[in-house]
This record gives sequence, C-alpha cells and structure tokens, in this order.
Amino acid sequence: MDHLETKTYDVLVVGAGGAGLRAAIEAVDQGVSVAVVCKSLLGKAHTVMAEGGVAAALATTDSRDGWRVHFRDTMRGGKLLNDWRMAQLLAQEAPARVRELEAWGALFDRTPDGRILQRNFGGHQYPRLAHVGDRTGLEMIRTLQDRTVQAQRIDVFMECTVARLLTDDGRISGALTYRRESGRFLLLRAKAVVLATGGIGRAYKINSNSWEYTGDGHALAYDAGADLIGMEFVQFHPTGMVWPLSVRGILVTEGVRGEGGVLKNSRGERFMFRYIPEMFRGDFADTEEEADRWVADVIAGRKAEARRPPELLTRDVVARAIAQEVREGRGSPHGGAFLDIASRRKAEDIRKKLPSMYQQFFELADVDITREPMEVFPTTHYMMGGVKVDPESQAATVPGLFAAGEVAGGLHGANRLGGNSLSDLLVFGRRAGAGAATYARAQSGEPGVETRQVDAITAELLAPFERKGSESPYAVQDALQDMMGTCVGIARTADDLQNALAALGELRARAGRVGVDGNRQYNPGWHTTLDLRNLLTVSEAVTRAALARRESRGAHTRVEHPDSDKRFGTVNVVVRRQGDAMTVVEEPIVPVPGELRDILEGKD
Amino acid sequence: MEAVLKIFRGDATSGAFRDYTVPLDEGMVVLDAVHWVQAHQASDLACRWNCKAGRCGSCSAEVNGKPRLMCMTRMDHFPPGEPITLAPMKAFPVLKDLVCDVSWNYSVNRRIPAFKPAPPEADGTWRMQQVDIDRVQEFRKCIECFLCQDVCHVLRDHDRKDSFAGPRFLVRLAGLEMHPLDVESRGAHLKEEAGIGFCNITKCCTEVCPESIHITDNAIIPLKERVVDEFYDPLRRLWRRLRGSA
Repeated sequence: MDHLETKTYDVLVVGAGGAGLRAAIEAVDQGVSVAVVCKSLLGKAHTVMAEGGVAAALATTDSRDGWRVHFRDTMRGGKLLNDWRMAQLLAQEAPARVRELEAWGALFDRTPDGRILQRNFGGHQYPRLAHVGDRTGLEMIRTLQDRTVQAQRIDVFMECTVARLLTDDGRISGALTYRRESGRFLLLRAKAVVLATGGIGRAYKINSNSWEYTGDGHALAYDAGADLIGMEFVQFHPTGMVWPLSVRGILVTEGVRGEGGVLKNSRGERFMFRYIPEMFRGDFADTEEEADRWVADVIAGRKAEARRPPELLTRDVVARAIAQEVREGRGSPHGGAFLDIASRRKAEDIRKKLPSMYQQFFELADVDITREPMEVFPTTHYMMGGVKVDPESQAATVPGLFAAGEVAGGLHGANRLGGNSLSDLLVFGRRAGAGAATYARAQSGEPGVETRQVDAITAELLAPFERKGSESPYAVQDALQDMMGTCVGIARTADDLQNALAALGELRARAGRVGVDGNRQYNPGWHTTLDLRNLLTVSEAVTRAALARRESRGAHTRVEHPDSDKRFGTVNVVVRRQGDAMTVVEEPIVPVPGELRDILEGKD
Repeated sequence: MEAVLKIFRGDATSGAFRDYTVPLDEGMVVLDAVHWVQAHQASDLACRWNCKAGRCGSCSAEVNGKPRLMCMTRMDHFPPGEPITLAPMKAFPVLKDLVCDVSWNYSVNRRIPAFKPAPPEADGTWRMQQVDIDRVQEFRKCIECFLCQDVCHVLRDHDRKDSFAGPRFLVRLAGLEMHPLDVESRGAHLKEEAGIGFCNITKCCTEVCPESIHITDNAIIPLKERVVDEFYDPLRRLWRRLRGSA
C-alpha cells in the first residue's frame, strides 16, 4: 500500500441518503471529525424516490393522534415482531425530527391554519404523513444535503464505493474504498463506521430500487462478523408499474390510495373488502358506502368518523391480495390490478397532490391518470431485515460498527408501514450519529490498519481484470435476479428455497469467473462485478432465513405454513458468519413491557 | 425493430462516436438502450443513472444534441430508422463516455449563504400559508440534473464558471430568498458571486427543465429585480454613500 491515498476521521458514514446525512450531521454536532462516502453523486440516493411522506404523530391534521397510536400501528403493522423499543423511540421522536427539518428549510404542505399537513397512509390509523406533494424524499434529502454542505462543511466523497470494512483486533478501524471515477483506492481510517447503505432490491428483477441497492451494508456488516436479523422479510410494495416493460417495477406511491384511490380487478370489483385480516377487522370499512364516506370526510378536511377503506390495509396484505387476484384470473390486461383515482378525485386535485405520478404515467406509459386507471402489481421495494442494532445507539454487534435506516434491522418487524422509513432515517440516523461519536470519543489512539489485509483486498478487487471475458457480470446479475424472483418471491415453498440455495452456489461459481473489459476508469462492468459479491451474500441470507421461518407472517409467506405460528412470534432469525459458512439461529426477542403491552391491547 | 445509437466513447483527451445496434421494445427509453449496450456490447460504457423515473436527475446527456434525461426520453420519440446520437453534457469536462465532471456545481452550492430562519412562534413551530410557499415549492422541485446549466450559453459557450452560478443555483437562491422564514440577505452574493447580471433572459434553461420549473420568469427575473432595487436604486445608492458603505 505504498501509494495508497489515506485519510483519517473519527466517524465514517457510508451512504448519503436520509439516514447517512442525518447521522453525519449529528456526529459533527457532537464535535468529532466526520466523512461521508457515497456511491452516487450527493443528492441522488434512493431517499429521493420516497414519495408519500414521513410518518410522525404531529397531530396537526387529526388531534386524536399521538405517539401511542403511532407505536401501536407500527407494531401491529410489523405483526408484533418489531423491536418494541425502536418502535417506541420512532413514535416518540419522529415529530421533533420533522420539525427540525422545517428549522433547516424544508417546506411541507400546509393545513388551512398554516401548520404541517398530514396525509393518510396504509396501516396508520390517523392522517400522519407530513409530505410535499409526492416528492417528500427529495425535499428531505435536499434539506439534509444543504445542512451537510453549507452549514457544516462535512467532507463528502462522492462516487466512491466501500469495498470492505477493516477491523483491528475485532474493532472497526476503517474502510477500503475505490473511487469510481478513477478506479483508484482510497483508505478511510475511522474509529467508528455508520452503515447507511439502504437495501437489497437489486437482488430481484422486478424492483423499485436503483442500481445502488446491492445490499452493500448488509454484506459488509456480515463479513465483519455482525449479526443480521429478520432477513426473511422483504417488502413487496403492492403497487409497482407493470406496463410497458421498460417501467416494470417503478413505484406507484401509496399516496394514490391515501388520496382516495381504489383497487379493482378485471370484473370491476373492489376486491380488498375480501382480504381484511382478522387482526384488523374492526378497523376497516366493510362496505363501499362506508369507505366512500371516509374519503369524502378526508377530502373535505374533516375528521373522519367512518372506518378506513381496505385499500389502506398494510402493504403485505394488499400485495398478497393483488397477486392472488391475478393468479386466479381476475387481472388487468398486463397482469396487474387497476388502481383508479381518476373516478374519485378531480383532475386538478390529482395533478396537485400527485404531480410526479401524473408525469410518470403520462410520459412513460401513455396513461393519463386523471382520466383512466393505472395498472399495478407488487414490486420488490424494501428490506425490513438488517444489521442487528442496539435500539438506543444503533451499535451493531461488532465494536465500532453502527447502522441506521433500511440497512438496520428490528424496527419494522415483519412488515414496514409506509412513511415509517422516512421517520426511521431521521430518528435512527441521528441516534447512530450520536452513538458513533460517543464511541469514537471513548477510544484512545487510532485503531491500526494492517498493510497485509489491505494488499489482499486490493488484489482481490483487481482480479476480474486478469480474467478476460469468460462471464459477463450483467448476465450473472440478471440470472440471480430471475432466480430470486422465482424462488424467493412473495410466496415461498421449502422446495423453491432449497433450489435457490443450490442455484446460489452455481451463481457464486459463475461470479468467480467474471472477467472485466476496459480499464479502471469509470467502469460499470467492474463495479457490477464487485457488487455481485454483496448481492450473493444477501440473497443467501434471505433464502436461509426464509427457510428457517416455517410460518407466514407479514411480508414472509410460506405456502406450506400459511398461518402465523405463536412460537415464531417470539423469535428473530439471526444470520451470522462462522468462518466461511453462513449460519442461522433463532434468538428470543425481548418481550414488550407491561405499559406498552397495554397500548397494544388498546387499554391506553 | 432495431435502432442505431451513436454513442460518444472516450475521455477528456480523445474520443469518437461509435455505432451500436439495439433491439427495440414497446415503451423503451434511451436509458434502457444504453443498459442493453452495457450488458451485450460494451460492459465498460460509462453512464450515470439511479431512479429511472425522472426523480433523481442523474442520467443527463445530449440526445440528438438536445439536453435530456435519458430515463424520460422514449425511443419512439425519434423517427424510426434514423440513428440517435448520445453525447455527454457539453458544458462540463467529460470524464468518460456519457459521464462528465459536474463537481463545479457542488462547489458553487457550497458557497451559497445557508438558510437562516426567523425565530419560531411561542409554541416552537412556524405557521405558513400554502399560498406563500407554493412558489418556493416550485423551486424545490429541482432534481439537480444540471441540464439548465448545460444549455445556458454563459456556461456552455462562454465558460464563465468563474463568475456565474448558472440557472440551477439562481433557482436555489430564489428558493432561499423567497422562503417565508428566511432572514438571511443574499443580495451581495447574487450580484458578486452568483453573477446574476450575466443572465440575459434567453430562457433556454426553462425550455430544458424536466421539472417544468419556470426558471427565468419565476426565479431569475424576480431576483434580478431585487438586485436592482438593492444596488442600483438611486435613493438607496445615495443612502449607502451617506452611510459610508460602498
């Protein structure tokens, strides 16, 4: 490592989405030196794609809301498998985090009396999502970005990918990265690393995620010896675009349903009335008349007294319902369900509240959503599982490693509610930044970096250039995505999962034969090759965890075990590296304490 | 059905357009075609992209000479049988193929005086009316694709990056200046650092904005008026002279 460019910080944040930026801001505020490293340009992270809003019990739109209701909704949405303490912190701290964004320049849509307007969303009992039309994520990331670069002047290494985490005697000591532009390596030494790398959507063909979502943080943490939990819970968002092929999987915001949109099958039936689970039976309208009354109240800005339409059930339920309608022959022409807002709201309102959706369908699918229904089908969207963290500090099980946002596990249990990811980024991004800063300050001296370790890694990263052309990285990624969609999708069987494990072994062998053309300068073929390693690791983790959970719960459906099993309701499936082998164990979850249990049971 | 793409391949020192024949699918966009080339013909073809839905502003390029987002440009937008030319944005130094060095934009942004809010109301929050934030929300739709920067002749033809911030950052400054809570003054920054006087309102930026922001009419012209009021108004000028400040 003679000529290796090296920089040293107290805290290194990996990822510049909402969680990463919020973590960096907090760590700087606590007086430590901080760098952010991100795979794309600043401001392009997947947070910009978040549309519907950020869930926080501000109670500006419906005064009946409060943290207890938000806590209960989150836990019930997660099928009670959530880390209860994280769910509690989310519900309690989200309002302050949203108001803080406003103090940093964010401009949310307003109520008539000038406060932050909140929108209805699936699984939330009251209107709870602060939003900006359907581009809430953009507003959030721009606000955090400006705070980072203007108010705080944090060092940001753009278009720079972390290849491996480095450890010294079991503690984090930094990360080896490569600059995508030049292909040169950059060693970032740090006492603490905050992973904020997002999810794993690119393991599936039909997904709503960008190229960046290759499970980097999950795999980096796993390689470093950290525990992963809940990896069997992959969220399939009920409404992705289906046609034309070019746009298959692109997200259609839940805000369409929050604004009154309804789902219909090819017979024109509002089929969601047939899919209300027992747990939610009392909470949802059972007639169209009642559902319409709720919509009328919401549009008029009144407190809704009627129960909510079943289109606003949690995502796991709606996704399964759409898949079943299509499977049973009641699908739309291109194999989806109809999502209709045109017949429910005025064209002017639709363009005002859902401008990006209007533009997306108009330009990419020749569909005018103010006049005709959309066609939608579930798309891989979000990873509930991730790095096991301490709820207060977001510390992983490896000293010096922290994780926040989608890459962290626990908060969302078996299914995430829409809007909770954006509050997750803020609440736990801040906590991770504080946790990492506190940890870094307590370390005496710089952790060591072994030359031998670094040399071995750089040799491994450059190896694909020596293997000219025997496999294409794109072909291997494509085959992996096909296989995961087929074998580890919405409905899973033991046979399919076993086949997936066998296929993963073959794919791993193919990945080892991938050769790269060209040089190290901005070479997407090389980058894709290096990403394959992470995709294969997380795909195996999802598959093994899915095999271990022999029940159906939330986003995880096992065809031969269609019901939830009480025993599995008390355990996390933990994925852990032992030598070169991936092991899976069950660990009991900490039971919900009495006073919170009362809230869950509605005694509060 | 097939289409021929003529894609710029090269870097800062040299390069040429190369032909790639791509099969067409219904609804396909230019970015799909570029991905197909990567997967089948040139795995090291460099391009930026993220969301593939016009939301992140990464895949800016010049398609048949026009600055566009590749993910929002349909292949059937072009006459069949005619080749489609893809080049990197011309206003910025090319790094490789379709990727150029946009770091100058980030350095401009860094120099803009940060948002500074007025004190909150007694309950610690702020009241704002929707009508008062509508115009700022328009500016905040910007996805930083830098197509407006690319098309702006002050930057593209005259390369005045040393003295002009470009339409993107005038939009950003407008978003701060017209923010109902902001109390910072950016008049001097607009005049001196951002060089707002360089803009002569040809509206090319507005035409290419994928978010349909009325850059010239709603952002730049009102800012120009502010600068004129602050620095060229005869009464204010006299007042400044009397007070001994510039």
